[in-house]
Amino acid sequence: MLTDANAKGITRVEELAYDLRINRVMSRGLQYLTPDTRMIDALELFRTNRISGAPVLDDGKLLGIVSMEDLIRALCDFEQYAVVGRYMSRHVLTVRESDPVIEAIQLFTKTGVGRLPVVDDNDKVVGMITKGDITRGVLNALQNDIQEEEMRRYRASHLFEDIVSDRTSLILRYTIKARDFTRGGHASANIKRALVRLGATPQIARRCGIAVYEAEINLIIHTLHGGTLRVQIDPKRILMNTVDDGPGIPDIDMAMQPGYSTATEEVRAMGFGAGMGLVNMQRCVDRLKLESMPGQGTRLEMEIQLSPAESFREGKTSEKEDSA
Amino acid sequence: MKIAEIAVLANGMICNPSMNLEREVNGACGADLMSDVLASVQPEAVLLTGLCNPQVVRTAHMADVRAIVFVRGKQPPPETIKLASKEGIPLIVSPYGLYELCGRLFQAGLASLEGSLPADCYSCEE
Repeated sequence: MLTDANAKGITRVEELAYDLRINRVMSRGLQYLTPDTRMIDALELFRTNRISGAPVLDDGKLLGIVSMEDLIRALCDFEQYAVVGRYMSRHVLTVRESDPVIEAIQLFTKTGVGRLPVVDDNDKVVGMITKGDITRGVLNALQNDIQEEEMRRYRASHLFEDIVSDRTSLILRYTIKARDFTRGGHASANIKRALVRLGATPQIARRCGIAVYEAEINLIIHTLHGGTLRVQIDPKRILMNTVDDGPGIPDIDMAMQPGYSTATEEVRAMGFGAGMGLVNMQRCVDRLKLESMPGQGTRLEMEIQLSPAESFREGKTSEKEDSA
Repeated sequence: MKIAEIAVLANGMICNPSMNLEREVNGACGADLMSDVLASVQPEAVLLTGLCNPQVVRTAHMADVRAIVFVRGKQPPPETIKLASKEGIPLIVSPYGLYELCGRLFQAGLASLEGSLPADCYSCEE
């Protein structure tokens, strides 16, 4: 059983062993023998199909499996013309096609066999699976993972180009709960990821990430009921703002002073409330506006302007198309 | 310097060994205040800290920190490790204290990636 304690070391490959179904990786085009096939013909079947074992079926029913080792045994006995029914291994283990790949891996490790017949829900043999099939299947799945992420990036990075309008903006909104330290920074992580996918430069993603992270943490630490974090991504600028309904900041000039903090000991013990949040935000953005009314709430507005090299590439509007 | 080399110099244990430990870091930053990290650290650094909560990982992600070393043998909780694995950030636990570890890594040639303040922006005056 998978517990949280050992889940931490799990790699994507191990995860795939649980996610991937056997029928996704097994070899189809089943090559099989019947009980009255001669061993010499089994050898021929192995050679022409470049396999090292095959199930023995009688009218679709699985009787056994013949492997290279069984062939060698027969040859040592000078019995190459004997029927496979005599030399096959009985008591064949099988796996179900709908089982996760990990089932097959565990059987391979436990029993030392090299191949397993795969059966469907009616116990009919539908294919074979070997360790090689699993390796290939996992590599293919990893490859697909990578392609998917690339595809996502590709699609996102062309978003502004693909959508034709006179003015395109992308707006991301997040609701931030007060005191929710465990999820604190979750929204900012998603914002940064979105910017990277959209094709922002690492510097812009970092500046924006730091600014919204400090803002998100402020909503968590200081507000009565949390607030909303909104990011508007335009081709040539990024606007970030937060709104909350209290308690408000009595002295904004004081709040902007490096090192000035009203955070509790509890918050400080978590590494926050050093009085550098607003200073950090200011350093990362081109414009910062903080408005607050004690007893009513606070509104923070930040803007990062994008240089021509940093801008998101826009689609052509009808007007521009005409002139082009 | 590779993250794996830092783990050796720190005499450290790696909490999420499936991470890529061959990545290069350009230097280090030591801090327990997350805003200090965000204020000063340059990209591609290793962060040395005594704080173990998941916010350290969030901070690292925002500041493009490539690895985190927890000092004085502090074990990060499972949620920290889970988040770090998701963001691809290796976590190392070192038995040394913050000052000792900074000294050892600095001596081994790992530069400081803490931006210092220019002389005219701070004072002791009231």
